[in-house]
Amino acid sequence: MSENKTFTLDTESIEFQDGDTVMDAALRAGAYIPHLCHNPEFEPHGSCRVCVVDINGRRVSACTQPAVEGLEVENNSDAIKLERRALLQMLFVEGNHVCPGCEKSGACQLQAVAYYTGMLDPHFTHFFPRREVDASHADIAIDFNRCILCELCVRASRDVDRKNVFSVSGRGIDSHLVINSPSGTLGDSDFSATDKAAHVCPVGAILHKHTGYDKPIGQRLYDRQPISVVGDVAEHEGKDHG
Amino acid sequence: MNSVEHVNDFIAELNAIVGDRPEQLLQYLYRIQYRYSFIPPQAVQLLAARLSVPVTRVQGVIEFYSFLHDTARGDFDILFSDSISDHMLGSRQLAHSLCERLGVRLGEPRGDGRVSVDLTSCTGMCDQGPALLVNGWTVTRLDEARIEAIAGLIETATPTDEWPVEFFAVEDNIQRRDLLLTSAISPGGALQTLMNKGSQRILEELDTSWLRGRGGAGFKTAAKWRFCRQAEAQQRYVVCNADEGEPGTFKDRVLLNSYADDVFEGMTLCAGVIGASQGYLYLRGEYRYLLDPLQTVLERRRRAGLLGRNIIGQDGFDFDIDIHMGAGAYICGEESSLIESLEGKRGIPRKRPPFPVTSGFRRQPTVVNNVETFMAAAEIAVHGADWFTAVGTGQSTGTKLLSISGDCARPGIYEYPFGVSIRQILQDCGGGDAQAVQVAGAAGSTVPQRDFDRRIDFDDISTGGSFMVFNQQRELLDMVQNFTRFFAHESCGFCTPCRVGGTLLKDLVDKVHSGHGTKYDLQQMREIGALMRDTSHCGLGSTAPNPVLDTLEKFPAIYQSRLRDSSYEPAFDLDAALQEARQISGRDQDTAHFETES
Repeated sequence: MSENKTFTLDTESIEFQDGDTVMDAALRAGAYIPHLCHNPEFEPHGSCRVCVVDINGRRVSACTQPAVEGLEVENNSDAIKLERRALLQMLFVEGNHVCPGCEKSGACQLQAVAYYTGMLDPHFTHFFPRREVDASHADIAIDFNRCILCELCVRASRDVDRKNVFSVSGRGIDSHLVINSPSGTLGDSDFSATDKAAHVCPVGAILHKHTGYDKPIGQRLYDRQPISVVGDVAEHEGKDHG
Repeated sequence: MNSVEHVNDFIAELNAIVGDRPEQLLQYLYRIQYRYSFIPPQAVQLLAARLSVPVTRVQGVIEFYSFLHDTARGDFDILFSDSISDHMLGSRQLAHSLCERLGVRLGEPRGDGRVSVDLTSCTGMCDQGPALLVNGWTVTRLDEARIEAIAGLIETATPTDEWPVEFFAVEDNIQRRDLLLTSAISPGGALQTLMNKGSQRILEELDTSWLRGRGGAGFKTAAKWRFCRQAEAQQRYVVCNADEGEPGTFKDRVLLNSYADDVFEGMTLCAGVIGASQGYLYLRGEYRYLLDPLQTVLERRRRAGLLGRNIIGQDGFDFDIDIHMGAGAYICGEESSLIESLEGKRGIPRKRPPFPVTSGFRRQPTVVNNVETFMAAAEIAVHGADWFTAVGTGQSTGTKLLSISGDCARPGIYEYPFGVSIRQILQDCGGGDAQAVQVAGAAGSTVPQRDFDRRIDFDDISTGGSFMVFNQQRELLDMVQNFTRFFAHESCGFCTPCRVGGTLLKDLVDKVHSGHGTKYDLQQMREIGALMRDTSHCGLGSTAPNPVLDTLEKFPAIYQSRLRDSSYEPAFDLDAALQEARQISGRDQDTAHFETES
């Protein structure tokens, strides 16, 4: 049972256990594969595609790819870096992401991964969608402009909180997050700031009220060290509040 | 009669037919849509309560499927098939004409609620188009006279069941028969063979026959059935994929119309081999007219002891088939999306592994095969592997049904042995003036004249059956634009590259098509296309850029001829962007416009 099974991530040998995905094993070994919709506490999703890696000339998402003995996984080639950057740029133009005006700036995973991939501009044509802000809840505000459809809140509310507060509706480019309440607003739902779903958003879509800028810009999670070193924002939730 | 107050009674009525399982959600919604022309808010609440699902799940399903609406459509809801083959037959002009006659705008119900007119993805009538759906019923062979008559019937509020029956005629249109279409079996023939020979022998026969999936992917059928049979499980399921959504494909429509017994026989054979007691036919919503006839065939087979308990008198051979309706979502042709849809959910493709053969419907081992595959399996069981391998080529044994449409004298269904050349097909269907052929639909490839000696088989040009002919006068970029819009519309929205990239690509094709594109835009198209191809979650996303990537390589001139000389053009029209400001200020004179280049 304890014979060391390994695969290769670029040049590094990574140990894994039965049932691990490439992402699981890499995270445990402290090797960084950029990701947004993945959080090890939840079932893998594979939708953002940012964790794309190359195995035998095929691109797969590391978060859903089962680890197999002897696998050779390419994570840091120039081609893959460019693909990740393009995916990030797509997420940026799809929504309305204005970093300088966002409370999450500096503790935002989208922003941090974008820096990591060397993204300097959004490159593609902006969609400028018209989206709402829902401030109806006493403790939490939702800014749909920043939602990247990672469905972490959907999974957390469904699988941990057992409330099913969030869900994705629509199709294609019209896909959007919806709230399970009679009026469709958060204030009307049984959502609570202590819910797991209130602490998993990788971007500035789900925001805690009354705590804005408690931690000044400049002292935030990704202000001093890159995401490849400090990891996901959700891991730090509750500890020092990003 | 359709008063919304009675929606509660109607749901109770449906309950007796479809039951209380959450997975029946889509089946409820499909029926409610056609009864009320939309899903009334009361119905959303009632269904959520009755099926014990969150209201957001109901809402999510309504917003996912094109045929479901949360606001009222017209009493007559008209959807023009918007396939490129319909365009080539003048569908857009006819849609425009109907809108004019009725005084209605495309996509918006008329003020009095009588009628709505809109466009929809290919309805599978390319050989007898242009076509439309009225309240889900197929109308074929549209022309000005028929449009005029339809406008009259709508103005007089004549119910569709009193419309002339010839409007709804769908012909099989079989132009060439080969192995499959000349060897229909007598009901129960394959099942009797199964009883005589046993499952192992049937699997060996299928193995030797080299039957491969007819949906296009070409996975060996015997292997699929064997994996499913070997998987540990409480239940196994047989699913027939009749979500024939690839633009230009219409063979399954014909098989289900005239060879349904062979298809159901194949499904029952599969059930006997793998040990399943329940099967589903997933029928695309566009084929609503086939539902009743298919139910009749199923009922006849039950009475004949070919479905139900103790099939053909064999103790413990229990199997039945239900028909599930799709509701306008191309993605549900992908087998794991189809399973999600069968479970009453949005059709989002699942992660793989696990594959459906080990974890499919209700997370149990499931065989999903194409209509044509089940039919071939049944015939192979009766006639033997040698009969099948006698035609075809190499590892592409047997025949393939092609759905031929576009610029040819004789569109319709053609059955050919694998290995037939494009040139031969064009000669037979009267497509002598072709500049190109689109094989395998929007996700397929555009074959230029110089490649007409290439062949249809799994090793050369593989296809689920779509074959569209484009003559010398056609603008191929119209086709590219049609396909790119189709994919942007049909993306499920799950993964980033397809959801965002698909729309970016569509906008760029539109830009080039309208004469505003530059070399830079073509480079963008290549890069976005490659990203979609390589990093998408499923086959739809990875094949969605095919029409662009393929024609950029093979037909660069269709793009070059429309490019601007400059190296860069903004993505938006500066003057058009000021329109709102002009409206607000009420100033629309020349000086309120940018100078336009002549």
